[in-house]
Amino acid sequence: MDQLKPHDPTMMRQTPFHSRVARACEINQWDDWKGYTTPLAYTEVEQEYFAIRNSTGVFDLSPMTKYHIGGPDAEAFLNRVMTRDIRKLKPGRVGYTVWCNDAGQVMDDGTLFNFGDNNYRLCSYTRVMDWLQWSALGFDVSIEDVTADVAALAVQGPTSCAVLKAMGCAGLEGLKPFGLTHFDFEGVELMVSRTGFTGDLGYELWIVPEQAELLWDRLFAAGKDLGIRATGGEALELARIEAGFLQAGVDFVPAEEVVRQGRSRSPFELGLDWLVDLDKGVFNGRRALLEERMHGSRYRFVFLDVEGNKPAEHSFILKGRKEIGIVTSAAWCPTAKSNIAFAQIDARYGKAGEELIAEVYYQRELAWTRVLAKCRVLRSPVFNSPKRRQTPAPDY
Amino acid sequence: MTDAHYDAVVVGGGHNGLVCGAYLAKAGRKVLLLERRAEVGGAAVTREFADGFSVSACAQWLQQLHPDVESDLKLSRHGLELAARDLDTIALAQDGAHVTIAANGVSGAALSDRDAERYARFSRQMFKFARLLARVSERRVPQLTEAGWRDRIAMLSLALGMKRLGRADMRDLLRIGLINIYDVMEEHFDNDLLKGALSLDATLGTHLGPRSPNSVISFLHRRMGEVFGYRGPALVRGGMGGLSQALAAAASACGVEIRTEVQVTSIDAAADGVSGITLAGGERIRAPIVVSNADPKTTFEILLGLANVEAGVARRVHNYRMQGNVAKLHLALDGLPDFVGLDESQLGQRLVVAPGMDAMELAFNAAKYGEYSPNPVLDISIPSLSDDSLAPAGSHVLTALVQYAPYSLKAGWETGKEAFTQLAIETLKRYAPNLRETIIASELLTPVDLEREFHLGGGHWHHGEIGLDQLLVARPFPGASRYAMPVPGLFLCGAGAHPGGGVMGLAGRNAAREIIAHKPGKSRT
Repeated sequence: MDQLKPHDPTMMRQTPFHSRVARACEINQWDDWKGYTTPLAYTEVEQEYFAIRNSTGVFDLSPMTKYHIGGPDAEAFLNRVMTRDIRKLKPGRVGYTVWCNDAGQVMDDGTLFNFGDNNYRLCSYTRVMDWLQWSALGFDVSIEDVTADVAALAVQGPTSCAVLKAMGCAGLEGLKPFGLTHFDFEGVELMVSRTGFTGDLGYELWIVPEQAELLWDRLFAAGKDLGIRATGGEALELARIEAGFLQAGVDFVPAEEVVRQGRSRSPFELGLDWLVDLDKGVFNGRRALLEERMHGSRYRFVFLDVEGNKPAEHSFILKGRKEIGIVTSAAWCPTAKSNIAFAQIDARYGKAGEELIAEVYYQRELAWTRVLAKCRVLRSPVFNSPKRRQTPAPDY
Repeated sequence: MTDAHYDAVVVGGGHNGLVCGAYLAKAGRKVLLLERRAEVGGAAVTREFADGFSVSACAQWLQQLHPDVESDLKLSRHGLELAARDLDTIALAQDGAHVTIAANGVSGAALSDRDAERYARFSRQMFKFARLLARVSERRVPQLTEAGWRDRIAMLSLALGMKRLGRADMRDLLRIGLINIYDVMEEHFDNDLLKGALSLDATLGTHLGPRSPNSVISFLHRRMGEVFGYRGPALVRGGMGGLSQALAAAASACGVEIRTEVQVTSIDAAADGVSGITLAGGERIRAPIVVSNADPKTTFEILLGLANVEAGVARRVHNYRMQGNVAKLHLALDGLPDFVGLDESQLGQRLVVAPGMDAMELAFNAAKYGEYSPNPVLDISIPSLSDDSLAPAGSHVLTALVQYAPYSLKAGWETGKEAFTQLAIETLKRYAPNLRETIIASELLTPVDLEREFHLGGGHWHHGEIGLDQLLVARPFPGASRYAMPVPGLFLCGAGAHPGGGVMGLAGRNAAREIIAHKPGKSRT
């Protein structure tokens, strides 16, 4: 359990792909992602976005927080931490999951990789070593932060399978969604999982940092004629909103970071009911979530189709003239040709099809305009590509 | 699987477990009480440590037993008898210039009139403060949020109690509540022995020195005994076991089934609550309610398992402060030792060796770093002077709480034990020069021994530190302060629950009241 690494005094870290990322980043739009220098955009956000949707976008995922969790009690431990039943996650599979504090409030979401024999990798947005350590009291587990030990690329889009096959990942088309497999890459192991944040066919590649640059080079060489393009955070943001994925720190405040009473959210309030298994036994937040089930939630999470083309960023949501909620994420989604917003509203409202109003403010040349845009509650996210589930995966 | 159906199983037959079981049975519940040792009583037992010589093995004074518990359970009818009561506390001086703290005031050759006057005033004020704490201790602690009408009334009466103190006393309480006994003593008194003896009351059984915050609240906690009618410590005839035997008889008379020499290895629970317990040997006993008289750490970490609670609870249990600091010395004497300047009637009082607050603080300093000081402080009793059942005629027993003896002794107690025994005896010898010649047998119980022998986790007398962060709404930890634990059907009834340590019986009685009022499915705490 005591595998904390010594403090690293480096101010801003670079990912193992940095030499390649920096070369591709023509417009110097850099961001700070949990202490790593990462590009917001390489060239033009729209072009990068359309690479994700029409060919292949490559996103440097290395700053993602990663923990290796092992030991005889790893499964039992994770089952106590996560709201879903981890015992059902089979070896060689990846699961999307959330975890809560004791108050049943979401701390973060992430993906959990089951490597078999009680070996797991947890990928998350927040750094949660302290919480994992506290949760490990009473369990025989080891928890190691491997964020810097694993380089990762997201390779997403309709031609992504073709690109990876061209790079040498033979038979990859047979890999099912949320499956993982391994290839030899220049004598080291390359792990490929069919996972992503774009709602389309896509993969994530995981490799030791020493081979990162070579992987990047091989990948781009293989994808040269298949429309491969490096994509930054902004293009990914568009894609994930279109696909209906939550972002920690944006669509909810991680529960243990909340300062003010009542600002955190439960999984039910984020539309993640399907990730909560109240019958699986003790897990963090279970008692509170049972209470919430009994007495009702405060908020409801909804997808909104907003009239017009002005993103309803940070808008108030009104029912008639009454303020009933706020928008957490919003974007004009080019493929779906819809103006989408994620909103958290009073739980009494928001049935599918309900008409609401978004109070949209936008500024053009210092002049502010206020629009009361009609919006409609959607049943599901607007982008839902059949390729996401298709196996064998198509070439394009 | 035993299918005898019980409404509740009490794990552990300490005094609070017995009290809780008795109250539950009185209310018509079918109760089974399980005790690991051959006799019930927990830390309130009598122990024959040498042939014909018996002592109160752990707790040695009765000074806080709540009168309601005594009368509700008819303890005198069940055999509780006091050998002595309202004893004075005599702070020993090597030159015989002792200071005597009695119910009606302090006296001593070297004591100034000013100290005596001030003590009277100090004592009155402390009584008022302790009375406030006692009122809160007599019921479940009122909840600050989501309060029901019972809580509101309790909060109101607490607020009224504060108001009734009057402006000056209320200010004083708020002022001294968070400082330390050292500063409070310095404000009032000049005499080192007086300050030392009172500081001992503020730190006994805790990981506190006179200069530690929380020592004032610990002092008031002990002073609650006065509110409950004790004008000084008392001795139970036959040793503290006499009380436990009376409690056991009372519990049995109420219908509690008591089984001894059975070790509970686990409290069985699933996500929806407890289902019973398992004994060493595999026997399982089912019950919808399990009441743990074990300390909170033992209850959660060993009996229930931290995997069966949510992480926040596990974390609070882990952080619970519970490391004992007291060793217990037992001496069998073939005659009465001569203490300098004390006559025989004084020898039967409570004697303390606490030559001054600085000496105590220095002794505590050592304990902070896993060592013991060459100058321990002692709380001494020669109970055979008032109870001839404890030693053969003409012989005596001397018992002493020896502080500070850190649970985690760096050198280890296997090697430290004999040296510490000799050190304690040498310390006594400074006040009773012929002591060594009278010793026939001796025994020292270190905190590690106390843990093993009496299942006191960390060897802590109070099942956890007495401090504002672990008292009232925070005992043993927030979210578990009203006897119902965050596992449905699991209750805590020992000193780890409100109002904390000391042989009071209130934790047991209050827990029983909660269980009786408990409606399954409404387990919010």
